[in-house]
Amino acid sequence: MNVNYMFSLLAVVVLILLAYVGVEGAGLQVLFGVIIPYIAVFIFIAGFVYRVMDWVRSPVPFRIPSTCGQQKSLPWIKENKIDNPSTAGGVIVRMIFEILFFRSLFRNTSCRLNEGAKITYVWEKWLWLAALAFHYSFLTVLIRHLRFFLEPVPVCLQLLEKVDSFFQLGLPGLFLSGVVLLAAVIFLFLRRIYIPQVRYISLASDFFPLFLIISIAITGIFMRYFTKVDIVGIKEFAMGLVTLHPTIPDGLGGLFYVHLFLVSVLFVYFPFSKLMHMGGVFLSPTRNLPNNNRAERHINPWNPSVKLHTYQEYEDDFREKMIEAGLPVEKES
Amino acid sequence: MSERLKSDEDFSKIDLNPSKTGWMDTPTVIKDGMFCFAAKPQSVKTLDLPYSREWNPKHDDWKLPENWKEIIYEGMRDRLDRFRTFKIFMDICVRCGACADKCHFFIGTGDPKNMPVLRAELIRSVYKNDFTTFGKIFGKLGGARPLTLDVLKEWWYYFFQCSECRRCSVFCPYGIDTAEITIIGRELLNLLGLNIDWIATPVSNCYMTGNHMGIQPHAFVGMLEFFVDDIEECTGVRVNPTFNKKGADILFVTPSGDVFGDPGTYTCMGYMILFHYLKEKYGLEVTWSTYASEGGNFGLFTSNEVMKRLNSKMYAEAKRLGVKWILGGECGHMWRVINQYMGTMNGPADFLEEPVNPITGTKFENAKSTKMVHIVEFTADLIKHGKLDLDPSRNDNLKVTFHDSCNPARGMGFFEEPRYVIKNVCNNYYDMPRNCIKEQTFCCGSGSGLNASEDMELRLAGGLPRANAVKYVNEKHGVNMLACICAIDRAVLPPLMGYWVPEVDVTGIHELVTNALIIPGEKEKTVNLRGEDIPDKESDPDEYYVRPAFSGR
Ligand code: HEM
Ligand code: SF4
Ligand code: SF4
Repeated sequence: MNVNYMFSLLAVVVLILLAYVGVEGAGLQVLFGVIIPYIAVFIFIAGFVYRVMDWVRSPVPFRIPSTCGQQKSLPWIKENKIDNPSTAGGVIVRMIFEILFFRSLFRNTSCRLNEGAKITYVWEKWLWLAALAFHYSFLTVLIRHLRFFLEPVPVCLQLLEKVDSFFQLGLPGLFLSGVVLLAAVIFLFLRRIYIPQVRYISLASDFFPLFLIISIAITGIFMRYFTKVDIVGIKEFAMGLVTLHPTIPDGLGGLFYVHLFLVSVLFVYFPFSKLMHMGGVFLSPTRNLPNNNRAERHINPWNPSVKLHTYQEYEDDFREKMIEAGLPVEKES
Repeated sequence: MSERLKSDEDFSKIDLNPSKTGWMDTPTVIKDGMFCFAAKPQSVKTLDLPYSREWNPKHDDWKLPENWKEIIYEGMRDRLDRFRTFKIFMDICVRCGACADKCHFFIGTGDPKNMPVLRAELIRSVYKNDFTTFGKIFGKLGGARPLTLDVLKEWWYYFFQCSECRRCSVFCPYGIDTAEITIIGRELLNLLGLNIDWIATPVSNCYMTGNHMGIQPHAFVGMLEFFVDDIEECTGVRVNPTFNKKGADILFVTPSGDVFGDPGTYTCMGYMILFHYLKEKYGLEVTWSTYASEGGNFGLFTSNEVMKRLNSKMYAEAKRLGVKWILGGECGHMWRVINQYMGTMNGPADFLEEPVNPITGTKFENAKSTKMVHIVEFTADLIKHGKLDLDPSRNDNLKVTFHDSCNPARGMGFFEEPRYVIKNVCNNYYDMPRNCIKEQTFCCGSGSGLNASEDMELRLAGGLPRANAVKYVNEKHGVNMLACICAIDRAVLPPLMGYWVPEVDVTGIHELVTNALIIPGEKEKTVNLRGEDIPDKESDPDEYYVRPAFSGR
């Protein structure tokens, strides 16, 4: 039994009960449906902006990209323009690869110690695959939700839904993204428990967002395929929120408020936590700078003035010995 | 380290599965063989660094200043304001574990706190506690813990078990560079005078005498003149190096380690022969400096300010001597400093010319601001233009592989130049497997100032992944020579090979180059620079370099 994930699981269960009882028992629809979501969105946006601004406030004194390919040097040596960019264009391509395809994670291998004192590094792309599946399905789900907040629903959204529900299994059409999201998050969770090193480094705060997202996905899937919530009511509710004329239609049900509350919690949790990697990855100085220091000088805004031991002092220290050894000196004595 | 150690047995003891107890609840024990001795007070004092004193890591009392917590807190705050890297790397790690088994120290020791993510977490936990709302709200659940004396000791132990190799940063989805965190962690520790001697003493030597070894000017000249005799003995040619010569074309700076110890000395002789050759054939004048007689920069392992203080000598000397540009020798961390820090710290070098190879006319566009060229870039250019008379068969006793040193690999991208040169001076070249070379290369296990003798156990463990890959090509292709472009490598790989792969010896690239170089006026060579017989053309390389049991070199 691992206290870290038990604690996080417990926390999420408590949050679920809180919303359910709050709405079904105490009738706090306005609190859970209007006040908390507004606060959450505000904290998310303000917090996110604050964190990014806080990072930007600290300068980048040195240009220290991790060079993962051949440098640009002699003209007949083929440089690796993406993994070791020497120009801004190369950096942009490198960043696109990092952000859209998780380039660095794709390098992953797993180290094994074998009989006969042999170390091998075996193929390990599961983390990359699951992370990619998770993020893209998360993105898709997020974008799909915009149909609740936009009237009329843009064509591109309708198109996305068509593609996403490619596998038509009765009504309503099954959205692939929801299923993939759930599967990927569960994989990420299992890997945290089963890989000894990852279990060892995992904190309660690493399990919490996973349970949160799992719960969000499950409540969402339940509403869509099993309890069949009142979509028209939800649209009316969502439009109310975005137009700043919140209304609380009847009959949305406790499950919906649980879903909404968990999303609100995720929004609030986001800017304070490691989920800020979303913003940070763009600013990471080992990735977003070209390796061209020797060709173009990088400026350090706080370049310190330091105490030096000058040649003159050095010569003063050793003049006689230098003369004796036949070394040229600036001053004879 | 006298008898032959049972390396296979040691290997089978490594367990990469961490224990059940959480890392915060696992106390750190400072083990013999795994740490470097505390700095001599005098060395710290020479550099005007704070809190020089006698102290011993094994003692309970580290004689810290009264307000040490405040100093660390202020130090962290200051560095969070000055380094975006520090702030971002503290904030965005998701603990995905992709970096965990990428660190040679983790692979070699199985100590979970050597996983890069946990090494960073040692300081991240304190950062969360003192600087974030998140940590203040969630405490231990969010990975926060207060700074205590035990935590400080843990920092010290593990930040001096990281060789700042940056292998982890290659695999991290956000480019989190644990080396950067270690660099900052060591800066913080040094604020309390917790320097290690193997770094502080070379740094203070370098500051006062111009090189890490503390070789004074007359002795430096004497040592190179000694090599002149050695070279004459085996080639019949008397070279004539110049020192501190005003008006020379090029200033040459290389690590003093190569003046000092085998097999680096042969690489040093290699440079001398090459410069002699270029002077005789093309009239190029290269001078050495006794003031800037150190290419390496252990300041990098101390603090960015100290790094700047040591590095400044190169430009100062180039300016004083009025040379056109600077040529740098084979060294690892030296080139990280030159490539990623020098121009920023001590530039602009507008008193120098944009480097052009006067022999081939090649413009080194990539060095046009810093004005410093790597000697392997330079030699590759000479070979490409057919300016060197080479007989690679003189290296036919060797089957060579190449160790990419961490810093030129991941702080520069220096992959093809050395391979091009080696392949032009040796007939038998074999790369190690792809995930052990180039940007994924493994550290020698002794980088970043950890190449002392008291931490030999740490070094042999950390060097295991590198040695294991060498063993692979040794068994598969009969490789018997490990080439490298780093002075620390040349000092530390021989004992590492001696322990894990005793069949393999170590060399610098310019030793190989000058073995193959046909020098004008040379006598018929019967021995190479090491005084070993040059092979018959038909001989079998497998018969050479079967070294005796590890003698503790
Ligand atoms: C753009 C580059 C990004 C990369 C390379 C990246 C990578 C990762 C990785 C490797 C994980 C770890 C999975 C694990 O826990 O084992 C992760 C988790 C996560 N990421 Fe991202 N991510 C990126 C952007 C984003 C964005 C834009 C979001 C926006 C919502 C996001 C939200 C999350 C969440 C919610 C988790 C799961 C939480 C957790 O595991 O604790 N990520 N990401
Ligand atoms: S790879 Fe990067 S994000 Fe993942 S655990 Fe290591 S440092 Fe953290
Ligand atoms: S920089 Fe190198 S030694 Fe340090 S944690 Fe990363 S992989 Fe390990």
